[in-house]
Amino acid sequence: MLQGKVHKFGDSISTDHIIPGRYAHLRSNLPELAKHVLEDADVDFVNKVKEGDFVVGGSNFGLGSSREHAPLVIKMAGVSAILAKSVARIFFRNAINLGLPVLICDTDKINDGDELEIDLAAGTIKDLTNGTELTFGKIPDVMLAILDDGGLIPYIHKHGDIKL
Amino acid sequence: MGKTIAEKILSEKSGSDAKAGDIVIARVDLAFVQDTTGPLTIRQFQTSGMTLANPGKTVLFIDHAVPSPNANLSNDHIFLREFARQSNCILSEAGEGVCHQVVIETYACPGDVVVGSDSHTVTAGGLGAFATGMGSSDVAVAFGLGKNWFRVPESLQIAVSGNFQKGVSAKDLILHLIGKIGADGATYKSLEFSGDTVNNMSMSGRFTVANMAVEAGAKVGLFPADEKTAAYLEGEGRGSDYQPLAADADAEYEKTIEIDASKLEPTVSKPHTVDNTALAKELKGTKIQQVVIGTCTNGRLEDLAVAAGILKKKRPARDLRLIIAPASRSVLLDAIAMGYIAELVEAGAIILPPGCGPCLGLHQGVLGDGETCLSTANRNFEGRMGNPKGFIYLASPATAAASALTGEITDPREVL
Repeated sequence: MLQGKVHKFGDSISTDHIIPGRYAHLRSNLPELAKHVLEDADVDFVNKVKEGDFVVGGSNFGLGSSREHAPLVIKMAGVSAILAKSVARIFFRNAINLGLPVLICDTDKINDGDELEIDLAAGTIKDLTNGTELTFGKIPDVMLAILDDGGLIPYIHKHGDIKL
Repeated sequence: MGKTIAEKILSEKSGSDAKAGDIVIARVDLAFVQDTTGPLTIRQFQTSGMTLANPGKTVLFIDHAVPSPNANLSNDHIFLREFARQSNCILSEAGEGVCHQVVIETYACPGDVVVGSDSHTVTAGGLGAFATGMGSSDVAVAFGLGKNWFRVPESLQIAVSGNFQKGVSAKDLILHLIGKIGADGATYKSLEFSGDTVNNMSMSGRFTVANMAVEAGAKVGLFPADEKTAAYLEGEGRGSDYQPLAADADAEYEKTIEIDASKLEPTVSKPHTVDNTALAKELKGTKIQQVVIGTCTNGRLEDLAVAAGILKKKRPARDLRLIIAPASRSVLLDAIAMGYIAELVEAGAIILPPGCGPCLGLHQGVLGDGETCLSTANRNFEGRMGNPKGFIYLASPATAAASALTGEITDPREVL
């Protein structure tokens, strides 16, 4: 069971919002890079976010670059899951590959600052602030297996191969 | 029931009867990284305990920060060179060009599966390769296992007919399409292009269109491999890499979108999303301080020829920087031989080394506060060119060159 506070963003949050290209020189220094997480969408996010919190977006969250550093700095900020109405393809895979759940649901019903409780196994999201209950779209089995092992690299380390 | 190009390639490479919606494990023919995603990929790879499945089909490109603007990135380059030396994989050194351009010139073949840790890996779809961008962990797995898992995408058939008007090109077609279907209009899907306009389109134009498939959210942007593809590969000295490839006549598409190319006009994406399109003529009067012509989207010989044709013996508008970013060393050499580079330099252009240049905001043309750039690249997100207080418009080389002359967004038909 995951519990935490919502940090709400709008539609079309790109990988350049999440971790701008101008910080490419920090990509081999992840603790420094992570200080700029979501800087171009909310310059104060890094100071507000707490362990276990949720990043909640609108449609097409994570569009743009293939940089895995984008979900990585969100994970490093302590975020326990990303919720959005829709998610760009590469970002979705990258987040799961890092063991960071991405849940597709109707985020219009969730407001900034709300407290959520998420049951990943049951597929349910409870907004403890306004009482709304939501379900999220099914994650393919291969991705669930990767999430269970904490990401793709730990999965490969454990199994030595990909199995469907 | 017949197969789309995506289904054909993934069937062949997975050894199964792959249909849209299936999840398959497919062999990867080429896996690559570039200098801003490569170091993470290699660290993930080293953590996993794997060894390279196919060093001769594993390429590390130094293209995003060339020459390196700072010590950190130089150290990343050292890291990539050392890995290449130890693992016997291929290193494409600074100055060779943007990964996507070098991949189409040198490596990708019709029917291949290509994965790269860069979203514009889709470019090689222009010659019929199932080429898609992935993150560092996924490419690390392709490095080690020579395969990865793929969801077989549903396909949107983009049927294009008619001839482009003068001043209109493949770039206007793809900007128009993205404006029409939206930046998530093809998420998880394959865009498959067909029709007489596509058959007549140059390879350079096909690469421009395929390059931007990801800007509609697509996993791949695929063109059939035909006589033009064969001639292109022949010209690159690898005619034997050709095999014809097309969708079956009875392939099943999620949807068909028909476009009449003869009705298209010079099109521009406005800040800050690629699907925020307008016609160039509607933006007349929009002042610009910088023009970028080049990158992996429009940095090929044909693009530089169009720009030189408009700019030769002229000067850019006052207070405007005109930046040319050839996509590869090979393109630059050809453009020098053809006289385009001399014409552009005489017209006041700054020629960048082959590479990604200012496209991703690392260096070489970072915008000042409130400045506006018209670029032939593929992305205009907030902050993309190094400053969240900058504004980026996207257009064709013809529109960019015409606008460089006037200092404002200009329909190229006014100067042609």
